[in-house]
Amino acid sequence: MNVFQFILQNHGEVLELTLEHLWMVVASTFLAVLIGIPLGILVTRHPGWNKPVLGGANIIQTIPSLALFGFLLPVPWLGARSERLAILALTLYALLPLIRNTYAGIKGVDPAVVEAGRGMGMTDRQLLFRIELPLALGVIIAGVRVATVISVGLATIAAAIGAGGLGEYIFRGLAMVNNQLILAGAIPAAALALLADVSFGWLERRLSPV
Amino acid sequence: MRNVAFRFPGGQTLLAGLNLQVRRGETLVLLGRSGSGKTTTLKLINDLVSPTEGDVIVDGRATREWDRIRLRRGIGYVIQESGLFPHFTVERNIGLVPEIEGWPADRIRKRVTELLQLVGLDPTLASRYPKELSGGQRQRVGVARGLAADPPILLMDEPFGALDAITRAELQREFLALQRRLQKTVVFVTHDLREALLLGTRIALMEGGKLVVALPTDEFTSSTDPLVLKYLDAFGATPHDQRGSA
Repeated sequence: MNVFQFILQNHGEVLELTLEHLWMVVASTFLAVLIGIPLGILVTRHPGWNKPVLGGANIIQTIPSLALFGFLLPVPWLGARSERLAILALTLYALLPLIRNTYAGIKGVDPAVVEAGRGMGMTDRQLLFRIELPLALGVIIAGVRVATVISVGLATIAAAIGAGGLGEYIFRGLAMVNNQLILAGAIPAAALALLADVSFGWLERRLSPV
Repeated sequence: MRNVAFRFPGGQTLLAGLNLQVRRGETLVLLGRSGSGKTTTLKLINDLVSPTEGDVIVDGRATREWDRIRLRRGIGYVIQESGLFPHFTVERNIGLVPEIEGWPADRIRKRVTELLQLVGLDPTLASRYPKELSGGQRQRVGVARGLAADPPILLMDEPFGALDAITRAELQREFLALQRRLQKTVVFVTHDLREALLLGTRIALMEGGKLVVALPTDEFTSSTDPLVLKYLDAFGATPHDQRGSA
């Protein structure tokens, strides 16, 4: 039986795992956007915070994912549902590209344009929402794109702590030394990653000014 | 009576012991080479740079006492390459200060049309984006934007510096005509002596963060100050020939 026959025969389960997977990715990316973009903006306003914030996000990035899942397991409320835990871990991983790209995007806006705005009497808030964020949007979306693609891959590991998703097939396949099963998890996961990459790529081009 | 006086000086080396007055309705040119402090001096007026010592007085009040946002909205600001917002149409660029000042939309639209005509642009350009304009058109939009809320003071930082010679000459002529009509108080930064002689009613020469001299334009060329002579010399031909050709 080849992989595609397997997927067809178990399409109900494949779909369910794909949706679980998608949910983890969407929820974590959403949370990361909610936290990462404001943090990125904050560090453009307080240059002193740049190092600790980006450094912190960098350190999180260096923790092996399996270890991070393991570290978070004993945390009371989180540990109760492994899916929550997976979402939190994925959120933490997604922070770095979001903070970094938001920061870089805003810093990359032509200083002459920002100075013109300031000189014309725009408040910091007006400058941010009317000039800096719109002009940085392409770079910020690129950050969301990277975060999402990374997250699709990382979410397969969440199955190791019982959070479900397409990693289920991969881990089951590894345990049973069954390549078909591994591929049944890996192929849909790769397809999701590609889909995310292409859609955000499109959005990035659409929303990039000039 | 609006006499702008600057008594101050700046950070350690940038500017020192600068005293300068700008009179209502005049075009004061800040002339000097790169790094002479002319742009910094300009930015002191709209408080993009704050004096570390002394005071910059605008309209009888020190800039440090002004609400910075109010101060800036009352001063037009035109910079090199115009600093237009690339994601805004010409109309939104010009109408920005009126917009953040809360003007109604139809009044902004009327004002934008009026300004486009004033700077010699076809009002149908209003819906274009800056990248769709030529350098000269962009700079005209920059001037229109500076004039949008009809500020009494206009700061211009090498506004024509990036243009080709023919377009620059055209814009300089139009600036003169405009200034004759509007009688704004203009502070104009340039490193180009010809431009200074052509546009200024008074010229302030700066060097190394210090004011060398501030003289009416017609007295400038006959000054015997060694730095003025050096500057005149650098531009070749005798100053009077330049006046003539300008």
